[in-house]
Amino acid sequence: MIELALQKDLNSGNGSIRLQANLNLEKGSILTLYGASGVGKTSTLRMLAGLMTPDRGKIVVHDEVWFDSERKINKSPQKRKVGFMFQDYALFPNMTVKQNLEFALKPGQDQKIVSELIEIIALEELQNLKPTTLSGGQKQRVALARSLVNQPEVLLLDEPLSALDLAMRQKLQTYIQRVHKKYKPTIILISHDVGEIIKLSQFICKIENGQVHPPEDPSQFFTTNTISGKFQFTAEILHIVKEDIVYVVSLLVGHTVTKIVAQASDIENLSIGDKVIIAAKAFNPIIYKIK
Amino acid sequence: MLDWSPLLLTFKLACVTTLILVLLAIPIAYWLAYTKSSLKPVMETLVSMPLVLPPTVIGFYLLLAFSPGNAVGAWLDQWLGIRLIFSFPGLVLGSIIYSLPFMVQPIQSGFSGLSPSLKEAAYVLGKTRWTTIFRVLLPNIKPALLTGIVLSFAHTVGEFGVVLMIGGNIPGKTKVASIAVYDEVEALNYSTANTYSLILFACTFILLLLIYGINGGYFKKIIR
Repeated sequence: MIELALQKDLNSGNGSIRLQANLNLEKGSILTLYGASGVGKTSTLRMLAGLMTPDRGKIVVHDEVWFDSERKINKSPQKRKVGFMFQDYALFPNMTVKQNLEFALKPGQDQKIVSELIEIIALEELQNLKPTTLSGGQKQRVALARSLVNQPEVLLLDEPLSALDLAMRQKLQTYIQRVHKKYKPTIILISHDVGEIIKLSQFICKIENGQVHPPEDPSQFFTTNTISGKFQFTAEILHIVKEDIVYVVSLLVGHTVTKIVAQASDIENLSIGDKVIIAAKAFNPIIYKIK
Repeated sequence: MLDWSPLLLTFKLACVTTLILVLLAIPIAYWLAYTKSSLKPVMETLVSMPLVLPPTVIGFYLLLAFSPGNAVGAWLDQWLGIRLIFSFPGLVLGSIIYSLPFMVQPIQSGFSGLSPSLKEAAYVLGKTRWTTIFRVLLPNIKPALLTGIVLSFAHTVGEFGVVLMIGGNIPGKTKVASIAVYDEVEALNYSTANTYSLILFACTFILLLLIYGINGGYFKKIIR
């Protein structure tokens, strides 16, 4: 069980905000932090890792106190059993891929895990290369592997899949699922991608105005119970064009682009990039087999 | 026959100074690069002072401070038996102060140029500050270290004012090459002055060519 009760005043680009996080999380689960940029998602991860000190509060991980402002306990990052995957990967340029992983070994730890991770995350061909020669996706795989070497109890992934193309994203999602299954760390990740969140995580916490909302089920979070539809998808608005008296809205559903017609009143509050639900009532889908 | 002792003394002084400076400048540069202390500007100013102060001013104050007629100088003389003025250790001390910015500044900007997440990543992986410095930070600022080392060495070879003030002009003891050149010109021995000058000219040229070549990656291209 991970218990977080944190408060921290942050100075972001939009002035200062007070970040408040009260959160309990089952051991071994995967949670996504979701919200606009600058609301304190990365700061929450950094406070968990010990890279930022909360103003007050408590962090208890598996009955071990990592931080307690009242009892003046603040474990250093070295003593917290966390893995952190940084947004810029933070691979050590002076070491090869394999050396990066070996560097992460705890004193006396069995070397075996390095070769095991190289195999699971398919780094065999990259292991003797230096990070500067790798592509973004390859760097992220190495960073993921390295964060797992010392077998952390909590794995923190700061936008692990941003800046990757679709195919790479899906591949990395699979790797994350694979390592979660094998090592069972509790994972907290930051993501903006609805499909990814639903695929990977069991819980989602929205952060809004500095407030971390309680965990919810991702598929419930992105749909709402107020609409009863037979067919219901979450989508992202790509494009809105006016054609005569109606509007044609282009939407990204999963990995497919589709268009729907909307009235002026429908699109009043919508803009490009919004996450929306499209639902259809009272129609019967037909199933065809495609050769 | 050319008296080689000023040249040998110059290179001995430059080697000792550079070695001590590396050990001294790394902690200072590390502190300057990562501190959030309000003392940082004061420290930065002190480190940079030798860049703008006339060397004679530094030499003059060192001379005053360490002369046995003065409190500090008397104490050193009495208790430690060290007399810094007109001696080689005095030259080394003067050169360290004089060349300090040339070592600290490249290393400091090397540290600052590294992504802060490298250090944080090493900490999260459970590594101590020392391991992080020696295995992650320093190996990734090798060009900055090399620049600092060569600049301090070359700068020490080229100093004149500080060594003249604190060291005087004692042959074989404190008479370095730059002073020897001045001496020979005073004595109208232009050809000897020219020999010393040419040697210094060639050495500094080669040294600087080496760092620009290595840091620019030209040698790798030639070797390949």
